[in-house]
Amino acid sequence: MKYLDEFSDPDLAKKLLDQIHAATSHRWAIMEVCGGQTHSIIRHGIDQLLPDAIEMIHGPGCPVCVTPLEVIDKALEIAAQPGVIFCSFGDMLRVPGSERDLFRVKSEGGDVRVVYSPLDALTIARENPDRQVVFFGIGFETTAPANAMTVYQAKKLGIENFSLLVSHVLVPPAIAAIMESPSCRVQGFLAAGHVCSVMGTEEYPPLADKYGVPMVVTGFEPLDILEGIRRTVTQLEDGRHELENAYPRAVRAEGNAVAKAMLTDVFDVTDRAWRGIGVIPSSGWRLSDRYRAYDAEDRFSVSDLHTAESSICRSGEVLQGLIKPHECAAFGKQCTPRNPLGATMVSSEGACAAYYLYRRLDLPAEVAHA
Amino acid sequence: MREDNAAATFDMDSWVCPMPLRDSPTIVMGHGGGGAMSGELIEHLFLPAFGAAADAGMGDSAVLSLGGVRLAFSTDSFVVKPLVFPGGSIGDLAVNGTVNDLAMSGARPIALSTAFILEEGTALAEIARVAEAVGTAALAAGVTLVTGDTKVVDSGHGDGIFINTAGIGVVDDGVDIRPQRARPGDVVLVSGDIGVHGVAVMSCREGLEFGTTVCSDTAPLNGLVAAMLATGADVHVLRDPTRGGVAATLNEIAGVAKVGVALDERKLPVPDAVRDACGLLGLDPMYVANEGKLVAFVAPEDADRVLSALREHPLGVRAEAIGVCVEEHPGMVVARTALGGTRVVDLPAGEQLPRIC
Repeated sequence: MKYLDEFSDPDLAKKLLDQIHAATSHRWAIMEVCGGQTHSIIRHGIDQLLPDAIEMIHGPGCPVCVTPLEVIDKALEIAAQPGVIFCSFGDMLRVPGSERDLFRVKSEGGDVRVVYSPLDALTIARENPDRQVVFFGIGFETTAPANAMTVYQAKKLGIENFSLLVSHVLVPPAIAAIMESPSCRVQGFLAAGHVCSVMGTEEYPPLADKYGVPMVVTGFEPLDILEGIRRTVTQLEDGRHELENAYPRAVRAEGNAVAKAMLTDVFDVTDRAWRGIGVIPSSGWRLSDRYRAYDAEDRFSVSDLHTAESSICRSGEVLQGLIKPHECAAFGKQCTPRNPLGATMVSSEGACAAYYLYRRLDLPAEVAHA
Repeated sequence: MREDNAAATFDMDSWVCPMPLRDSPTIVMGHGGGGAMSGELIEHLFLPAFGAAADAGMGDSAVLSLGGVRLAFSTDSFVVKPLVFPGGSIGDLAVNGTVNDLAMSGARPIALSTAFILEEGTALAEIARVAEAVGTAALAAGVTLVTGDTKVVDSGHGDGIFINTAGIGVVDDGVDIRPQRARPGDVVLVSGDIGVHGVAVMSCREGLEFGTTVCSDTAPLNGLVAAMLATGADVHVLRDPTRGGVAATLNEIAGVAKVGVALDERKLPVPDAVRDACGLLGLDPMYVANEGKLVAFVAPEDADRVLSALREHPLGVRAEAIGVCVEEHPGMVVARTALGGTRVVDLPAGEQLPRIC
């Protein structure tokens, strides 16, 4: 992974920063869609080094943050059932449901396991034929292909004790929803590079045209982000609004044909609720009829759960870029990574967690030392 | 039901801290992670319960004066999975862990106890392998195993082998090493590459296998500490950054001494394999466990001398000065990033979690 160092080179970063400073003559608000980009920006202090006139707005691209409370409560309900092995990516374990999280279920005897690939969950299912193995399938276009592949394999291999709790979401409809919002301030987008590496870039030019915003496909290393910002600023200053690909080492216009075919086979597009935002039409995936037998919600009959969001958490406004994390009155007080009220604080990619972890020093003293 | 029982046993409302363990009435893995949750468990449950019987300084070892001699005393338990990992085993850890806890108070470790808790069904061959590792590690560290204990628990009530070790050592005259002695101006040193042990163990844990050649850095640090002290330098603080990594250790010292720590992120020695594995898993090397490394706070006029002594020792070849102790932001650790920005390096809440993508 030597190349990763090359994309963190301080000298090259300084050159890009100089170019951004030289090019900026107006105030611009740019949204990085992906939570991974948010963390990179804050962790490396990029936002401190940009011209004051450039405001980075943190977008909804954190898969953990946008998973609805109701789905998390369903996961907790299923994970607590005897005979179930509940498999999840690590960062879902600390996300709070209405009353508890997966760590708590585990501590109370639930068999909750961290896996790095959904295919590992399928292996667990094969090794435990007398148990029901459920994988928590959340995330954007990035994680969906592997989850689709797992269900495809389960069906092909006749593994019947495996199911998927699905809550997949799609980026382009969310961008449209943000731009349609009356309070939207976003003037340009850093599109999420890993999403585009799967889906390609064809969905984005129509959005750039319709809303008159530049969109630059951007990676996650410091130089990737600076180059994405540089190109976005250049377009804004020139009065252009086009799609540019600043992440060509990973993204092709057509995307990954094999992954897209797998997604089309296993999933159907559906309306999907986003935590803190609400239902966005055609913004998610569910299992298609051919694979409905692998739907954990059906298999475990978890419906009619009573969910209760915190009344003071403003996570949804953070997700839409309407406020900065520390502008929420609960930030750093009632709400910390130890005691998160909303998923943007608990998720490793959440904007609130990034501010709390890395940037408390720059915030008002009562927040910094809360 | 369990929740009700727990509530009946502990009256949560009577606890003094506004945020003690309210978020979990049961033990969760994070309570053993060496971060904020571990600290709260000790501070809000154990110490109040021990009451007048406790005189704990929250350090890794206690220094007791007995008949004109200062003795360091420490205990530690080892529950690592898997029992054998690249570069070591639970047996090496059990010896080196306690040896290092003693060495971090500047003591010369003398003797250890070992207590084995064995799970029914564990292969004798495996126990023998671990026991041999204990003996070999003790010889290498120059300590004697003087007493011990063995218990067996039912199948399913342990992970094969748990080991507890306790140890005593002698603190020489003039040596005063403890977290409270950190003061502004101190130079912060680390004895070598960080994150190695944690990545080595993760690389062979069930379900997490990924190709890497990283071996654990488990090692006794008493020789390295002796070399540092032999320079005559004023070493204020020593800690081995085990669970919670360098980040947790520096936060603990900053909190205890009420000083700030300013790090230069570029100076942190992180081997490529550790950086790659952490990048893959979404982890920060500063939070990953070490077993054979130490962090030192040294008076500024002595820092170069100590750094040279570290680098001349086989266990300190990659030692670096990674930052300084400051008056600003007391209790907090702040890193200057490679690009020139700054960020807070916080105490980990509990276990580090691999991210989704």
